[in-house]
Amino acid sequence: MVENGWDTFEIGTILRPFEGPASDVANILPEDRSYTKSNSFSVSVADWRIEKPLFNKEHCIDCQFCWIYCPDMSIISRDKKMIGIDYDHCKGCGICVEVCPTTPKSLLMFPEQKDEEAALSEWPKKEKKEAKEN
Amino acid sequence: MAELFELHDIEVWDGNMAASHALRQAQVDVVAAYPITPSTPIVENYANFMANGYVDGEFVMAESEHGAMSCCIGASAAGGRVATATSSQGFALMLETLYSASGMRLPIVLNVVNRAIGAPLNVNGDHSDMYMGRDSGWIQIDCYNPQDAYDMNLVAFRVSEDHDIRLPAMVHQDGFMTSHTAQRVKTLADDVAYKFIGEFKPMNDMLDLDHPVTHGAQTEEDWHFEHKARQHHALMSAVLPKIQEAFDALKALTGRQYNIVESYNMDDADIAIVCMGTSVETAEEVSNELRAQGIKAGVVGIRIFRPFPLEQIADVLKGCKAIAALDRSSPNGTVGALFNELAGALFNTGTHAVLTNYIYGLGGRDLTKSSLHSIYRDLQANAEAGCPTTSLQQFTGLRGPKLSFF
Repeated sequence: MVENGWDTFEIGTILRPFEGPASDVANILPEDRSYTKSNSFSVSVADWRIEKPLFNKEHCIDCQFCWIYCPDMSIISRDKKMIGIDYDHCKGCGICVEVCPTTPKSLLMFPEQKDEEAALSEWPKKEKKEAKEN
Repeated sequence: MAELFELHDIEVWDGNMAASHALRQAQVDVVAAYPITPSTPIVENYANFMANGYVDGEFVMAESEHGAMSCCIGASAAGGRVATATSSQGFALMLETLYSASGMRLPIVLNVVNRAIGAPLNVNGDHSDMYMGRDSGWIQIDCYNPQDAYDMNLVAFRVSEDHDIRLPAMVHQDGFMTSHTAQRVKTLADDVAYKFIGEFKPMNDMLDLDHPVTHGAQTEEDWHFEHKARQHHALMSAVLPKIQEAFDALKALTGRQYNIVESYNMDDADIAIVCMGTSVETAEEVSNELRAQGIKAGVVGIRIFRPFPLEQIADVLKGCKAIAALDRSSPNGTVGALFNELAGALFNTGTHAVLTNYIYGLGGRDLTKSSLHSIYRDLQANAEAGCPTTSLQQFTGLRGPKLSFF
């Protein structure tokens, strides 16, 4: 980019998201796509985040709500199984936590610097149903 | 397929109808409009053509002029041939989006039927809206009569859409004086006109799904300057040669000759009036009357307002002793824009011509032949004295005490 001058780039305020044709891109996983440097996928916005969501596999029912609602496509899901979070693009909005239907939630917000293992150990426990005495 | 429209070789059209037929013959893909007087009939006629099967395309009634031009920008980025029309306050509402269109290098053709800008509210012709657009990065072509309005629309599509240009173009005509005055217009058959314009060739179109492209990206101090420089470079270096080429091709096709700078009785002229729009033909008539009296009076008409043909204008005016720049827009705090342009064109040329400025015709006030005679008399006095004998800026055709500045 540095060697570019006013006469070297394409006219108009355009950016190309892919290197070469992208005819079959919908069938290629994001990590395998030929994104250009100017594609937002190539840029980390991790430092926009103050709080991060952490994922606890133990409670997840793979309902995919978080994947559907995430505005930045930062929930990584394969074969309809929740795998984890794309921390390069997650901005920490917390929507995934909000829509998670399990009790306790399978996603919770923690301070950015929080250690994952420590977070998991502090995770709220599932409440056991106690038989009510009549 | 759109149906052929049988035209006579000569039709009696006003400027609006001439523009509508040019749009129809161009087979525009999308017209998005919010009609406003006096340009309303352009899109009204066009919608009529579409309803009757003479156009294959989309007509979008937008919610405002801002919306209309925004639709045009989207359609053009998507890869279609796009045109619309507006005037005055509507043009003003479009202004923000005009910069987007030119910056995004989208070849939209906008018919601007020139009208005053209020307050006071006024529907008649002056050049306030045309002047407002002059820094927006568009090509601006000026018409003096309905024939021009027809021909210049064809030229506008051809030049604007060229891949070396890719800049939007405005075709200007004077509100009512051109737009609503029916005159004889020599026509081209539909296929001949279409061939002159050429098939639309998309560039970086959004509907090319195999090659996705983001339009309207953001740049800050890092690259904004380079984008603007590139756009200005195209406007400055590529447009006038391409317009000349289109004018030559139109002449070969029709015999009608247009020039980057129109000059009349200028070969040996001592005194010259420089003006735009319908005023040019009136001034030509007056210059003929003066020539009959042995006064070497000439007229220069601005045909291409942007990019401004600085060198060509200086060349046409180089032998003059006194020149008047006529501005049909209130300069609101300085000399008229045309005065500034001419001063810029002439300043370093070694000319000793006396340059003065006349503000005239605001809100559709007629520019009379007697006003023009009076201006030429001033010019003759300036030429003989070798210096201004009047104030630099005068108002002509104004009621009340004489108003002048500088």
